[in-house]
Amino acid sequence: MILNLPFIAVAVLLLIGFYGLLFKDNLIKITMSVVIIEGAVNLFLVSLGYVEGAVPPVYTMAPFEEPMAFAVPQALVITAIVIGIAVTTLMLALSVRIYQTYGTLDTKEVRRLRG
Amino acid sequence: MIEFIQKLPLIAILLPLIAGLATILIGKYSEKIRNIWVSSILGITLLVIVAILFEVIRNGLITYTLGAPQTTPEAWDVPVRIILEVDAMGAFIALGIGLTTFLASLYSWRFFDEDRLGMNTYYALLMITAAGGAGFAYTGDLFNLFVFLEITSISAAGLVAFWSKKGTPYEASFKFLVISAVSAMMFLMGVGFIYGQYNALNIGMVAERMMETGFGTLDQLALGLFVASLAMKAGAVPMHMWIPDAYGETPAPISMVMVTISQLSLYGLFRVSFSLYGFNLDGVALGWIIVILGLLTMFIGVMMAIIQKTIKRLMAYHAISQTGYMLLGVGVGLVALMSGDAGSIPIYGQQAMEGGIFHILNHAIYKGLLFLTAGAVIYKTNVRSLDDLGSLAREMPFTTVAFVVGAAAIAGLPPFNGFASKIIIYQSAYILNPFLTAVAMLVSVLTLASFVKVFQSVFLGPKKEEIEGIGEVPPSMKAAMFGLASLTILFGLFPDLVVETIVVPAAEALIDQQGYIGGIL
Repeated sequence: MILNLPFIAVAVLLLIGFYGLLFKDNLIKITMSVVIIEGAVNLFLVSLGYVEGAVPPVYTMAPFEEPMAFAVPQALVITAIVIGIAVTTLMLALSVRIYQTYGTLDTKEVRRLRG
Repeated sequence: MIEFIQKLPLIAILLPLIAGLATILIGKYSEKIRNIWVSSILGITLLVIVAILFEVIRNGLITYTLGAPQTTPEAWDVPVRIILEVDAMGAFIALGIGLTTFLASLYSWRFFDEDRLGMNTYYALLMITAAGGAGFAYTGDLFNLFVFLEITSISAAGLVAFWSKKGTPYEASFKFLVISAVSAMMFLMGVGFIYGQYNALNIGMVAERMMETGFGTLDQLALGLFVASLAMKAGAVPMHMWIPDAYGETPAPISMVMVTISQLSLYGLFRVSFSLYGFNLDGVALGWIIVILGLLTMFIGVMMAIIQKTIKRLMAYHAISQTGYMLLGVGVGLVALMSGDAGSIPIYGQQAMEGGIFHILNHAIYKGLLFLTAGAVIYKTNVRSLDDLGSLAREMPFTTVAFVVGAAAIAGLPPFNGFASKIIIYQSAYILNPFLTAVAMLVSVLTLASFVKVFQSVFLGPKKEEIEGIGEVPPSMKAAMFGLASLTILFGLFPDLVVETIVVPAAEALIDQQGYIGGIL
């Protein structure tokens, strides 16, 4: 039962993220929604590798009787987090530039590209 | 010597990546040396990519293992290694990104004459895009597909935003970044589903284990995530809204590179449907979904293109429309493959796939040519609106001829390369259902109409005072256009040669799922 909790959290986070992405008008809030979606996916990957009562997957301190958590999802998540930071930084930098040229962050007004 | 050939895929990724970072340092010293450095490195990368293609066609799959020895320890049933697995399809698709980044670097020598701010980072990002694209084409690992997808999209987003005077490129880049970040996250979610079930990330390994256990609900969920995210990145209707903004607002050489970046996502879609799922799918539903996506994409794209008023936005909508042909060709192939006996494919299915894959390369060439001619017009006149241009044929004869070649190719007129691949798609789709061919031909006619309009309003018309004496573009830009125009004509005159040497092996590699699985063992 308790093992399912992370997956429920993933679903809730995804819902919040997509809600923000679709219904919010502020570019900063859209950036936050993307970050929340990233967090949900990363949590999903980490939860996949969890084994109940397991020790951290560090080879040198592994006791051979006890189970270890899966190492691969954790390695994946590290990479995904780094990529996520790059994306967030670039989005925030673009928001700054958009604010400088348009004078607003509202997506209803940042709409010079049409048709 | 054989060992060196095995390492070539790694070189194609690492060379532009490391050289790209060094570019910033070299650029601080001298601009001229930097330009030569960038073009020669990207030229070498293109040569390496071509060498890999011919090596793969001659001797079969190249598998390169990163970090761990080739053989796995006996006691472990999980191969702990990251692999690059290059089959003919992967080697083929890398050709587009290699060619366009090389020509973009040549074209950029003079294109940004007016303001040279940030050119060092521009070239660095261009080379990192090339590295990411080559990595995406060569990797045999699901998670690395995600990583390289993100590397190409982040660097491409930087390139879209970089040349901005009035702020609209920032808006386009933000849109592109949101779309690619969310779709990449959905892709990663699908990778999570697959990993949780099969405890492997190698595409071949997963495919093999899926064959043993059968196709389950979670696989279906993962497939949905993969198809949706990759189709969104490839710009298929109804997820196409970012394409006209991103293609239209970037500098012209980057528009050309963006076309091949979208094609990489298309390749990812084909890789997932054929090599990962393949015969596990047991049904023609996915094939028909791709065919219908293709029809919608080509029709809506061309209809939107007809009403456009700025030159590059119009071409961007045509790029969407042409993506539909590739989806149609490969979708017809997938339907045929699934409806026949396992392992055999009706002849029209094979031909449809050849047409679709050939069209990928042709599209990269003639679309790149068209974007470069649009860039030449904007470079000389600094006008984007079709209504304000005119009579440029008097001033820029070379650009005019290049434009006519590209426009004839995209409309599918013989003897240019667009005709060569479209006729294969028409013939083979007709056998599956005549309606498909009817729509495809109608779209070609509409494309021709739209480009006749562009030709008339940009290059013909009475003499205009404000453009008198602007002259022709510099030689480096001419060279890039000449390269693409001559490829357009050559591929149109000798289509058999190209199809036999590189397209048929690519199509066969895509169909041959067992061969792909065999490559990792």
